[in-house]
Parts: sequence; structure tokens; C-alpha cells
Amino acid sequence: MSAELVHLSPATAHPRRAALFVANDERMHWHDKALWFVRQKRDKAAQSVPEWERLRELASQIKAHTLVGLPDYLEEFEAKAVALGAEVHWAKDADEHNAIVLRILEGVGAKRVVKSKSMLTEECHLNPFLEARGYEVVDTDLGERIVQFRNEAPSHIVLPAIHIRKEEVGATFHEHLGTEAGASDPQYLTEAARGHLRDKFLKADVGITGVNFAIAETGGFVVCTNEGNADLGTALPPVHIACMGIEKLIPRTKDLAVFLRLLARSATGQPITTYSSHFFGPRPGGKLHIILLDNGRSGISQSADFKTSLHCIRCGACMNTCPVYRRSGGHSYGTTVPGPIGSILAPARDANTYQSLPYACSLCGSCSDVCPVKINLHEQLLLMRHSVTEKGFLPKLKQLSMTIASYVFQRPKLYAFLGAAGRTLGRLLPHRWVNNRLNGWGRQRDLPPLPAKSFRALYRERNNGQ
Amino acid sequence: MTSRSAILGALRARPKAPSPAPLPDLSEPFCTYSDPLQHFAAVLGSVGGKVVLAPTLEAAEMALNAEPAYQQARQVCGLVAGLGRSNVDLTTVSDPHSLETVDFAIARGRLAVAENGAVWVRESDVPTRALLFITQHLALVVGKNTLVNNMHEAYAQLELGSAEFGVFISGPSKTADIEQSLVIGAHGARSLLVFVIG
Repeated sequence: MSAELVHLSPATAHPRRAALFVANDERMHWHDKALWFVRQKRDKAAQSVPEWERLRELASQIKAHTLVGLPDYLEEFEAKAVALGAEVHWAKDADEHNAIVLRILEGVGAKRVVKSKSMLTEECHLNPFLEARGYEVVDTDLGERIVQFRNEAPSHIVLPAIHIRKEEVGATFHEHLGTEAGASDPQYLTEAARGHLRDKFLKADVGITGVNFAIAETGGFVVCTNEGNADLGTALPPVHIACMGIEKLIPRTKDLAVFLRLLARSATGQPITTYSSHFFGPRPGGKLHIILLDNGRSGISQSADFKTSLHCIRCGACMNTCPVYRRSGGHSYGTTVPGPIGSILAPARDANTYQSLPYACSLCGSCSDVCPVKINLHEQLLLMRHSVTEKGFLPKLKQLSMTIASYVFQRPKLYAFLGAAGRTLGRLLPHRWVNNRLNGWGRQRDLPPLPAKSFRALYRERNNGQ
Repeated sequence: MTSRSAILGALRARPKAPSPAPLPDLSEPFCTYSDPLQHFAAVLGSVGGKVVLAPTLEAAEMALNAEPAYQQARQVCGLVAGLGRSNVDLTTVSDPHSLETVDFAIARGRLAVAENGAVWVRESDVPTRALLFITQHLALVVGKNTLVNNMHEAYAQLELGSAEFGVFISGPSKTADIEQSLVIGAHGARSLLVFVIG
């Protein structure tokens, strides 16, 4: 992300960043198609399960139930995890989370850290925090390693490098791993990364992972990957730090059946991830730390409108299906979690900075249709527009146009007069007077031919004719 | 105030939900298959694994001997009595890093799931869990009678077990992070062979 974007006005942050992505028409369509392909795989996988809709309903019920009793479940989880030998830490925000990780690393004299894809540590900006203190932090998911080499953030929570072409990966690997110049074969590049990352796994002092599901009744947790990086990253180094948001909890082991059936099918169309690892306490002779992070989640859980956004299991299906995400790219959101769910989570925490995100949406509702835990995403996006407006973050121009529209709509005669004037002037005035630079709406589109008569006039005529 | 009490306090200060949503008991019927074994083999095949149906361990041995990855393996860690050779003794391994050079591992699975081709492997059968992920090639052995239809049935059985590390493995390690091109052999095993015995 280039430097000038840092100072974008919050009101236009998303459209301005999206414009940069859209400027490359060919790449935009390539990106759109790549994600639609994943969406289609998801559809096929979902349709192969006869009780798919029932599973979504059950998942939603389990999450709703858990959220209501969350403090009790957290305490139960903590007690059980401690009994299994884990050390449990609580962090109210990202700073505290990072400080806890640092303390653990200092305590064991660690220098080298391998991390398995954890959007939560991205959310906390853990990498720059540790790197500034002299630690080597290696992201071990292939996609995450690619974006880490390129000094970028992941653009998708499941497919971190979905915005990067294989030729670009080839160039990046040539620079960092010494692969052949011009090589772009995914098989060859993946093999190079395998060798490079094996070495990192073997030399690591500490492994950090995220958590997909934590189970209150056992104190255990589950981490899902296809590559096996979370497993190598925790089976080799003696210390494992598992970082999780407090909303990752589910009550019972048997609830996992519902979520593991939904997760991978929704994410990539696979029947299940290659590895679904169930951790119960530290491995023999090792240490396990679990960090429970709030960072705004308890606040969101108090909101009647947005609390179900905490049901999210981070499958990414809403991104893959979103017509705006597919065409504007994950980086246009400026958040760790982009797409429809990110456009709720981010402004729910910080309405000012992320006020443009609820508008990155056509309200088509496709996200709600594919969400495996039935979050009413598009309805919440509309409510979020209300919310940012009530907090005073509607841009001046939109405020003015809304005020004028409200005034006119309350006065039928004025409305009829302006309608007639608009139809006449629209037909008579030169095109450049009607649609020019000042009309942002008309930048990529034009008005349809204006009708000679209003709807009301046509309606009157029809009734008179009967 | 500690962060723990701050977080729990914030959660408890919330307005009471109108009525706590009931937790579904999940006892309803879920999908079953007329031929679960055939479904298991088809799904595992679709994710890059290979299933060998063997009436006995002897039959499995013959199939194993025909596998090029096994034939070429220099270091083999076999953990299933009566199947394959073994020249890596896990009981003498104190540091998992030393397993880096293992070419082929053979381990026991405790459960196979028809709906997604997953095999449950628990730590007590593989005392150094790194083996499962660091070996270049992996073979798992499960009894035909352990096959269940779906994940609900799987957890109903696993809940009986003790709380120890376990992993569902469905296929070889893979990634599609470069332009959605599927590549087998990301960090873990480059191939997965599952023997279903019985």
C-alpha cells in the first residue's frame, strides 16, 4: 500500500482504494473470476450435504447460545485448559496481547518464531511489534509467506495472496529464495517454499497459531489447515502460543461436528481441511499458552444490531461471493478482515475510521445466503449505514443531498414540479450540462433517455381510459 | 482490575438477552450412505489420498510393497505391528527434530469418516506427533468396522476417549495459495495412503 493512501479521508477511503484496483481492468476481472471459481466450489460442496440448511441453522443456534453465556463458558474453558496444563492469559486489547507474547518469548529466551495463519495476530499487528524488538517472525502459510515477503497484508482471510499473480510470486521468490528468474510454475514455487519453511520450522523456538474453535467443556481447541503448518509449527518447537478471540468458544465437543462440516465446505469447497488438529494441553515436555483476546469484542456483543457478527467462523465465503469485494480487492477495505463481515466488524469498533465500509455493498444479500452461521450480513450493513450516520460521519455532500431529498419528498407539489422541470431540461440541455465532472454518479454511467411523461401522468391517463 | 475481570465484567454487564437461546442437542438424524466405504474412498481420492481395501494385513503388505514411495524410502517409521518394515524407533526419539529425515511413516488410525474422507489419529498411537507431519509420505491403517457416516457419529465415539491430542487427516498436505492452483505436498506429507482392513 503506497504512502499517500495512509491519509485518505475516512469518508472516501474505500472508493479511493478500490479505484486503484479497478484501474487495472484486466486484473480486476481476473480477480473476480478467481473468487467466483471458489464460490462455485462452495456451492457444489454445500449441495452435496442434504442437511446443509439445517446445519447452518444449528450452527447459528449454538453460536447464539454461546454468546449469551460467554462469560461462564470462558471461565469453564479456562479452568479446564489450566487443568490440562496450559497457561491462560487474558488480553483486553492488541497492545496487551502483544505484550503477553513478548513476555512469553523473553521468558524462554526465544529468538525465532514460526506463525501459522492467524488473522488475530494480524489484527494485533504482532509481526511488526516483534520484529521491531529483534525477533524473527516467519509466517508459514504459503500465501501469508508470499505477502510477508512483499511487505503486504493478506487481502483475504483464507486466501491471503489471492490478489497476486504467479509471475509476481515467481519474482518475489527469485528475490528472497533464489528460485530461477522468470519461473512461475506453482508446483516449482511451492516446492521452493517447502524447503525454505522446513528450515524455519526446524530452527524455531516458539510456534504461534490461531484457534478455529475452543471447547468449553474440555479446555481443548481445534486448528484447521491444509498445509500442515500449524502442526509442524507446534510439534517441533517446545513452546506453543495459541491466540484466540473470545468469540471462538463453543460449548461441547459434539458441536465441532456441525462447524467442521460447514467450515471447509464454505471456505474452499473441500469436504474438510486436510488437518483438523485437536489440542488438549501442552504436548509431553512442552509448554502451551492460550491468549484470550477481547479487543472490542465484548463491546460488539452488547450491540443488539451487530452482536451476531461475532458468530463468524472466518470461512471467507461472504468475500468470495461479494460483487464489491471481488472487483475491489481485499486491500481496498484497509482492515484485517475485509469484505462484508469486515465491513461490520471494523466500523462496529471504530466508526470514524471505517465509515466508508458499509457503503462498499450493493445490499444484494448474497453474503447472507452463503454465510454458514446465518449472519444477516446485508441487513447489518444497512444498519451500519444508519449507525455511522447517527454518529455524525455522513459526508457533508451526502448530508446536504439527503436533506434536500427529504424536503422535496415531503412536498408532493414541489416534487411534481421538479420532476417535470428535470424531464424537460434533461431533454433540452446539452449532454455535458447534465452529466459532467461534477456529477460523481455519472462517471461510469449515463442517465437513461428521460421519459416525456411522469409515472403519475401515465397512471392518470390509464385510469381515464377505462 | 485485571484484564480477566475487566473482560468478564464487560460481558456480564450486557443487557440480558430476552431468552437464552437453547443449545440444540444434535440428536437428530444426519446423512448416511448406502455404501459408506465406497463413499469414503471416493472422497479421499478426490482430495488426493489413496484408499486400499485389504481383507488382511498381509494383503495390505503386498499393496504397500508395490508403492513406489515406500520402495524408495530409506528411512521408514512403522508403528503398526505386522505391516511394513521399520528402521526408525520412535521409543528412542527424544527430540522430534531428528525425524526430519523420515521418508515414510505408517501409523494406526482409530476412525474413518465417510462424508469427508478423514481419518482420526490420536497421539497415544504416535508418541511423537511430529512424525505425522514431518514424514515425506504417510500411510494410515484403519479397521473397516471403524467407519462412520458423518462427523456427528465420529464425535459421539471420540467423546468416549480421553483428552489427548488427535487429528483428523484427510488427504496429503496441500495448498492452492498460488493462483488457486492445487499443489500437493505443501509442508506435510506428499502422499497419503489409507489401508482399510477387514
